[in-house]
Amino acid sequence: MSTPRQSPLGSALALAMALFPLAGLAQDAAAPRSVAPLPAELPDSGEPTPPSPVVADEAAGTPGLDADFGIGRPATAEEIAAIDIDATPDGQGLPDGRGSYAEGKALYDERCVACHGENLKGIPETGGPALIGGRDTLAGDKPLKTVESYLAHASTLYDYIHRAMPMDAPGSLTPDQVYAISAYILGRAGILDETAVLDRETLPQVRMPNAEGFTADPRPERL
Amino acid sequence: MPDLPFSSERYGPAERRMAQALVALENRILHPRPTEDCACRQGMFPGLSRRGMLLGGALLGGALVARPARAEAPPGAIEYPVQPDPTREQGRMILDDGGYGSRSQFENEIRWRYPTASLDSSWSMTPLASGQGIITPSGLHFERHHGGIPNIDPQRHALILHGMVDKPLRLTMDDLKRMPSASRITFIECSGNGLTEWEKPTLRTVQGTHGLTSTSEWTGVRLSTVLAEAGVQDGAAWILAEGADAAVMTRSIPIDKAMDDAILAYAQNGEALRPEQGYPLRLLLPGYEGNTQIKWLRRLEVGDKPFMTREETLKYTDLLPDGTARQFTLTMDAKSVITFPSGAMQLPRPGFYEITGLAWSGRGRIAEVEVSADGGKTWAKAALQEPVLDKCHTRFRLPWVWDGTETVLQSRCTDETGYRQPTLAELVQARGTRSVYHLNAIQSWRIAQNGEVSNVHA
Ligand code: HEC
Repeated sequence: MSTPRQSPLGSALALAMALFPLAGLAQDAAAPRSVAPLPAELPDSGEPTPPSPVVADEAAGTPGLDADFGIGRPATAEEIAAIDIDATPDGQGLPDGRGSYAEGKALYDERCVACHGENLKGIPETGGPALIGGRDTLAGDKPLKTVESYLAHASTLYDYIHRAMPMDAPGSLTPDQVYAISAYILGRAGILDETAVLDRETLPQVRMPNAEGFTADPRPERL
Repeated sequence: MPDLPFSSERYGPAERRMAQALVALENRILHPRPTEDCACRQGMFPGLSRRGMLLGGALLGGALVARPARAEAPPGAIEYPVQPDPTREQGRMILDDGGYGSRSQFENEIRWRYPTASLDSSWSMTPLASGQGIITPSGLHFERHHGGIPNIDPQRHALILHGMVDKPLRLTMDDLKRMPSASRITFIECSGNGLTEWEKPTLRTVQGTHGLTSTSEWTGVRLSTVLAEAGVQDGAAWILAEGADAAVMTRSIPIDKAMDDAILAYAQNGEALRPEQGYPLRLLLPGYEGNTQIKWLRRLEVGDKPFMTREETLKYTDLLPDGTARQFTLTMDAKSVITFPSGAMQLPRPGFYEITGLAWSGRGRIAEVEVSADGGKTWAKAALQEPVLDKCHTRFRLPWVWDGTETVLQSRCTDETGYRQPTLAELVQARGTRSVYHLNAIQSWRIAQNGEVSNVHA
């Protein structure tokens, strides 16, 4: 198979036209040509075609160079709600629902006990850490950092169980179940009593023993 | 020789060998052998593997000849027969690697997994001892996962940016790749790098003591570009970054960092991110502790306070002797380590050695590296290999003649802010030994009289 060639003159002209589109020549496609024809399309060489990142359904914008590229589209409220799962110390992000210590105990025994143990002291072989204990050990030689001894905010407990536990089925617990298991863990930690019920109102009010235990980074002024 | 699937006249000996190797490879994939604990995987260490390195050469040659027909190539390599004289026959055919290269079967460095009890939440370390220059091969970049490595179809992945912004955005990978891009070469270090070494020397090799740092060229969109597109509202101070892995990993990032040099990275060393590095999208925060540089990034929420996630409260906080803990110690301070000679190596005899290693700082460029060959009594300035980049591994070298007596090698670096890497004693004085994270002290390697190199506290 022979590859169509173009004359050197033709290619020089084509380049010139591309660089300086002369109004008369470039716009009037019907005008008879007085020079060699433009190159034919290249035959398929078998080269793989790269994917183009240009997509059809881009949002309209007023494209500038610093902002407002008109790329991407507004996120809808439903899209945000579907993954906006974080809960913060002020209670923002906590969902509706409620759960008690008793409900939490049953769930814990079913879903958590294998890795965190009956006494909530962890099962080292599974990597599941202790969840309670360790108060008054933080300044000692063998500090035990747990939800009970180290965590500053109950919202973190809710948030983490909801997003990442149980390790073998993350994201499988309902808000009611997470409230209940949180009530159970905080109850076993002696932070709540066994009648406590947790929901979006009560959970942010839980006072954690180590709430004041954290300081800001003093580096680089201090080592 | 087994019958080959290629009987055509067109195949010469090289092609036949290639075909044979492919058949062997396929067999290996179809009938995997249980992984063996093979001491030959250590690389660059006494009597092992790397050709030309110290005592290694002869042994490997011998091992090759003795290998069974279906010997296993190291990860990332394909086992081919060694030609008796490669100048007298054609080499193997172009593209027999399928179009994506493999490394030499004689190179066997691999990441090493720290033996955590959980396989899902674990880490692997870069073999720094065999590294050259400053770039870490993507396949050797250290890993830290809290919920395994997710497998994500980029066509179905999107980044959602919301919270205190005028215009919440949903950006696909195609969208992000169309925005103005930026590349930079920078290190990522896990703040747990060296956590075993606070009290006593524990791990033997530099891979174990320092292998949670790696350097790549990263490419993506500046986070400031994307934030400007969405319009950040007054009062915004922190951004929550969230991954799409089983840990749904989350960290809070100060907005100043986000506006300064943060990148939403989709590429590493010229190609798409490796899955274990966050494919298709990760947050890159030059100089920050690795855990904040959320992989498999799916969501950014702009807020006015830190979100207090588990990884910035229960973990990645630095417990001090008085029982309080430092929080949001995000920047990695200056640190250096000698990678040759380093732990578990063996110097065969007194004589010339080029001491070399890496220095880096999360606060800027490395200004100076000094090396001591007498346990810190005297220091000599090492040469810095170009390029010396901002927040990046920097290679240093110093020629040295070992006189055969026992000694201790150390390196210490100073960054452009004037901060000098502390001794372990200074660090322990300030923070005790229970803070787990952010150990950036001077590393000591003892050279014994017999040439053995070991990890010591000096
Ligand atoms: C298959 C084992 C397994 C199961 C089942 C499991 N966990 Fe875990 N859990 C772990 C591991 C492993 C970690 C540490 C993860 C890490 O460090 O990345 C962990 C960490 C935690 C933590 C954080 C503790 C800390 O100090 O950081 C909490 C809280 C927790 N789990 C609660 C639960 C609850 C509640 C359940 C039941 C709903 C549960 N886990 C079920 C293995 C498990």
